[in-house]
Amino acid sequence: MAAQSILQKLEILADAAKYDASCASSGTAKRNSMGGPNGRGGIGSTEGMGICHAYAPDGRCISLLKILLTNHCVFDCHYCVNRKSSNVARARFTPQEVVDLTLAFYRRNYIEGLFLSSGIVKSSNHTMEQLVEVARILREEHDFRGYIHLKTIPEADAEMVHQAGLYADRVSINVELPTDSGLTRLAPDKNAAQIEGAMGKVKADLVEAKDARKRFRHAPRFAPAGQSTQMIVGADAATDSDIVGKASRLYDSFGLRRVYYSAFSPIPDASAVLPLKRPPLIREHRLYQSDWLMRFYGYKPADVMQATEPDGNLPLDIDPKLAWALKFRGAFPVDVNRASKEQLLRVPGLGVKAVGKILASRRHRALRLDDVARLTLSITKVRPFICTVDWRPVLLTDRADLRSLLAPKTEQLELFAA
Amino acid sequence: MIAKQNMGLQHVKLSSYYVVHLPEADDFDFWRERARVLVQCEVPPDRIAWVEPGGSGDLFAHGDRNMPVTPADARPVRANRRFVSLARNAILHSDPERFALLYRLLWRLQANPRMMEDKADTDVRRVEDLAKNVRRDSHKMHAFVRFRLVESEDEGLGEHYVAWFEPEHHILRANAGFFMRRFSNMRWSILTPRGSLHWDGSSMSEGPPAQRSDAPGGDPMEDLWRSYYAAIFNPARLKVGAMLKEMPKKYWKNMPEAALIPELIAGAQNREAAMVAKGKSVFSGEFEKRPDTLEAIDKAIHACRKCPIGALDNHAVMGEGPRDAALMIVGEQPGDHEDQAGRPFVGPAGKLLDQHLDRAGIDRRSAYVTNAVKHFKYVPKIVRGGKRRLHQNPQAKEIDTCRWWIEAERAIVQPKLVLAMGASAARGLLGRTVSISKVRGVPIPLEDGSELWVTAHPSYLLRLDGPAREEQARLFDADLAAVKARLGEVAG
Repeated sequence: MAAQSILQKLEILADAAKYDASCASSGTAKRNSMGGPNGRGGIGSTEGMGICHAYAPDGRCISLLKILLTNHCVFDCHYCVNRKSSNVARARFTPQEVVDLTLAFYRRNYIEGLFLSSGIVKSSNHTMEQLVEVARILREEHDFRGYIHLKTIPEADAEMVHQAGLYADRVSINVELPTDSGLTRLAPDKNAAQIEGAMGKVKADLVEAKDARKRFRHAPRFAPAGQSTQMIVGADAATDSDIVGKASRLYDSFGLRRVYYSAFSPIPDASAVLPLKRPPLIREHRLYQSDWLMRFYGYKPADVMQATEPDGNLPLDIDPKLAWALKFRGAFPVDVNRASKEQLLRVPGLGVKAVGKILASRRHRALRLDDVARLTLSITKVRPFICTVDWRPVLLTDRADLRSLLAPKTEQLELFAA
Repeated sequence: MIAKQNMGLQHVKLSSYYVVHLPEADDFDFWRERARVLVQCEVPPDRIAWVEPGGSGDLFAHGDRNMPVTPADARPVRANRRFVSLARNAILHSDPERFALLYRLLWRLQANPRMMEDKADTDVRRVEDLAKNVRRDSHKMHAFVRFRLVESEDEGLGEHYVAWFEPEHHILRANAGFFMRRFSNMRWSILTPRGSLHWDGSSMSEGPPAQRSDAPGGDPMEDLWRSYYAAIFNPARLKVGAMLKEMPKKYWKNMPEAALIPELIAGAQNREAAMVAKGKSVFSGEFEKRPDTLEAIDKAIHACRKCPIGALDNHAVMGEGPRDAALMIVGEQPGDHEDQAGRPFVGPAGKLLDQHLDRAGIDRRSAYVTNAVKHFKYVPKIVRGGKRRLHQNPQAKEIDTCRWWIEAERAIVQPKLVLAMGASAARGLLGRTVSISKVRGVPIPLEDGSELWVTAHPSYLLRLDGPAREEQARLFDADLAAVKARLGEVAG
């Protein structure tokens, strides 16, 4: 076979990475390219907030050069397009080629940095070594100060994963599937205990590095943007309740920054044991919304589970916050002029910002419905759940058809929604 | 507040109008200086016209261009940090009313120093909106500036990266620092219709407004970037609205990848359909209902065309044995004899298996005997004038497809032990390829609580001669003996 050009390889290896949900480039240490050891300055900066440099027509942001080092793989996970038994076109970058691409794109301001993952070639250790080598060349030879996210291989030696954390801003280890039985069935080469063991070691490294930096100013930073993980939704029979439960255990046990959900989408050359129907993307969206409720709105996993339907899944037609409110109508209406922050955060249609504005404004005036309308995106959604000086939803919260009144009319949107 | 304004009338004649010309559209410090004096002289907002460069001052043509003199006993002007940081951003907005709006807010702030907290106030809200638009425009500039490489003609200067960008507001100067901190060891220029920035690696300079034609036209790297953009897009998740919300069309014309968007959207349905169709030919799944009787499976496998083997001229061969057998024996696939007889293990390999089972003391009639692949895979060949069907090994993918059926059989028979003969059979049960020599003789737990034992396929023995065959036969017997012993334990 004729040697592939960089362009051909990029097409294959970016295509293979398009199922990765993570794209974040935020939350790391602040760095810029001024000054430094050689006095000439390096290349790249991170300023806390990540930047999305483009958006694809799938609505997802492009912030990092997200590619695989290779899509050859000795594993045979059924949900994965790169599985050993799949006959997709294969390609392989050298570490230097990835470095050159990253720098060329970065200098033109196309990206915030690199998100590198890989199929497993030869052995887990060999693959991990190659991933770390890319980060090493970028950091040490080119003084690259942009963002690096390395997907680590749980089967690799802990020492190698530790090395990855010293170069990268973020490391991630995929749990792949929400249940152990799903993992056994769909990823026969993977092992749940090993994956969680690797996450545990990364957590220990993070804690240790943080501690060391308190004592020694020059202690090396270890993955300042923390660790994240991804699980595939809809490839096995796990319910939203199972998934939320699993995610919250992961957040608690391993101090994860993010759990990403990737709706299983039809992959070319899919394995025979996978479901024929792909789950609607809206399901993935509802899981992210519930994740958001737990991270920023003070909901407990149990609250989200209470919002699920009898089959254990979140309703698809309304968001989880509204679903919770409709089940616990006794908690409403809340008086915007008196209610606590926690109570206000439970009102459907009120976001963290709107609640902040309400709390600040009500020190100056008794809020009327018009005032609230100015502080929120849509008063229609909020109205049934609040009281103001001039508004009291007498019967509205008791109406049986409240759900249908508030559920978005989706017929027109379905074309693109799922 | 009314009392305060009345007090103002003592110092300023009601007929005084002032016109303030700003030297630059984004000069916050100049505005702040003038605004402070005007507040101290208690000039009400409706008596001042703020004029930016290029703006019109006709409205107050008769206004006083000189500033009033601050009275000696003037009170210091009160403006909290929240106001200053908001004003710094809002003043970069292209709305010509912004200076007057900010002054009005500053004026009202004197009477009510905590007014900025009242988010429901119309003026506060308006200024916050302006500042928000400016922040958004800045953020988009950080994101959507696209540098192009030009080889410099000047000796020794080397690579020069030049970008053309069209900001909506007066944000260029405010964002110089961001690009300097990011690209400090590069030589770069950003050209905009409102002015230009040049960084030479050690110092920043400002230049006059530029035109698009001043910027370079292309960069070889853009081909790579476009192919990355097209490849990372998943056509199965088209969400055009979400894209447009974050990347409005007004930015597209200066982003090389944006030219691809119409064709990516237009082609998405076809690409997705192709992805699904390609998957579908081999698809079966957990949401599809499995047959729940052996008779239904028997019927269904005859109709199965989920892999190319099913489409050959052959018959499906169903497993046979008691519905409640404690032992399930799984072979690779039917051969020529089995295909014709419609029963598993009736050919030479089957006969050899029977001998070994006898020797181990396992009654074949008490076991459920079946195959990992239900159809006979062969290539037709003409041998010595006659047509023959030459056996072929199934591919991993075909075994995985057929796993659907063997799992259905297992769910009904619920054997305590499963004996897989050969690597293909093991794959049919495990979903992965194992090495026989590594796993034989030790049970592998299956998810339903049963045990999988793996051994060689009897046809492997048939292909060996002499000592090698004797050795393999011995190992095969040992495996069967171990299964027999274990069967005694688990069957109670």
